[in-house]
Amino acid sequence: MKDIKVTIVDRHGVKHKVDAPTDMNMNLMEIVRSYELAPEGTIGICGGMAMCASCQCYVESPHQLPEMSYDEDLMLSEAFNVKENSRLSCQIFIKEELDGLEVELAPEV
Amino acid sequence: MIKTDILIIGAGPTGLFAVFEAGLLKLKCHLIDALPQAGGQCTEIYPKKPIYDIPGFPEILAGDLVNNLMKQIEPFQPGFTLGERANTIEKLEDGTFVVTTDKGTKHHAPIVAIAGGLGSFEPRKPPITNLSDFEDKGVEYIIRNPEIYRDKNVVISGGGDSALDWSIFLTDVAKSVTLVHRRNEFRGALDSVEKVQELKNLGKIELITPAEVIGLVGNNGLEEVVIKQGDEVFNRECDHFIPLFGLSPKLGPIADWGLEIEKNAIKVNNALDYQTNIPGIYAIGDVNTYPGKLKLILCGFHEATLMCQSAYQRIFPDKRYVMKYTTVGGVEGFDGSKKEAPKAVIKSID
Repeated sequence: MKDIKVTIVDRHGVKHKVDAPTDMNMNLMEIVRSYELAPEGTIGICGGMAMCASCQCYVESPHQLPEMSYDEDLMLSEAFNVKENSRLSCQIFIKEELDGLEVELAPEV
Repeated sequence: MIKTDILIIGAGPTGLFAVFEAGLLKLKCHLIDALPQAGGQCTEIYPKKPIYDIPGFPEILAGDLVNNLMKQIEPFQPGFTLGERANTIEKLEDGTFVVTTDKGTKHHAPIVAIAGGLGSFEPRKPPITNLSDFEDKGVEYIIRNPEIYRDKNVVISGGGDSALDWSIFLTDVAKSVTLVHRRNEFRGALDSVEKVQELKNLGKIELITPAEVIGLVGNNGLEEVVIKQGDEVFNRECDHFIPLFGLSPKLGPIADWGLEIEKNAIKVNNALDYQTNIPGIYAIGDVNTYPGKLKLILCGFHEATLMCQSAYQRIFPDKRYVMKYTTVGGVEGFDGSKKEAPKAVIKSID
């Protein structure tokens, strides 16, 4: 197990290349929170249950992500600022094959 | 004016449990919450989700936890001001507080405990540029009085239970009901989805999917909505547009109460009693922050317990209170009820 590199563009357009551990069962939303790349209370409000869309992000790199769950798909059907490459970062779990992943946080609503 | 010993802002698990701990100290509580029901996030966001880290419950649904808490505090007869947001706070000369809600309800207490979680829940507003121009002029985020829609053209957008339920309800009231949703699939309960399908087949609901409301048109009030469906953009006559996209928590007016705020949370003295920088105002649960803070329900319960002990000392500075175990002292409700361990049978020995 090793750390991977993930690039996250915050809501001000600032790019952060951070280390993400693959051995802690973390998801991308938790990585964003642990590096404080978005203010508390504006991301992961539901705690990572795909029930609020506050952690929506746009996946900019060509990584093959796991297919969306039914819950994630339906949550994104109600979220705002949704694009073709939208995902909920709480549903993206940090794994070695995601090394080099690049995402941009969707605007806060 | 509602008077109480501890005024609790926020009726989530932490606020509810504070009622129990206060009750053990014979202190009365009253709770204010912006939501129309108690339970906070547990009820509003994830009532059917299991929680695994409540001591003594290997697994409990969030909604059931709230129901249990409500039952637990029943003997202490708390008061509730629900569906109203705590707006302003005023400190009186005697050191007590008056909290007024957005509907003007006034509450008076020597102690205020903010247990507001992530804040008050506000409607999530779709990103339509001139949306705010039409607020209360045809755009409503919460349906308070369905009668205002009688014989009107109503457009609802959203794909969850609220959008489905209100679309169904308003078919008997409004002149026309149009439901706009970005997908063909809906997030709501199956029977609601089927009912909408049935009403659509009967011509009582117009369903426009997959589509979005992208603009609003009108002079002194709303007259039309602009709908985008695929590449097609068209206008639809509309007296009321009701976007129902759920609720999002915001710290809200509490942020302007002069409390020390850090990272969207209220700073407290955790080494002592979870009091804020204003003596007499406490913050407990997810709404507070201190070094090492964990936003867990069980931490909120702990904080509520210590807060109540400190509140008691503030209210009765001359009384010395000795902490008692409920296994020893039992639980004596304000309603006359009393729970206590059964006494052992004593039999004389000849």
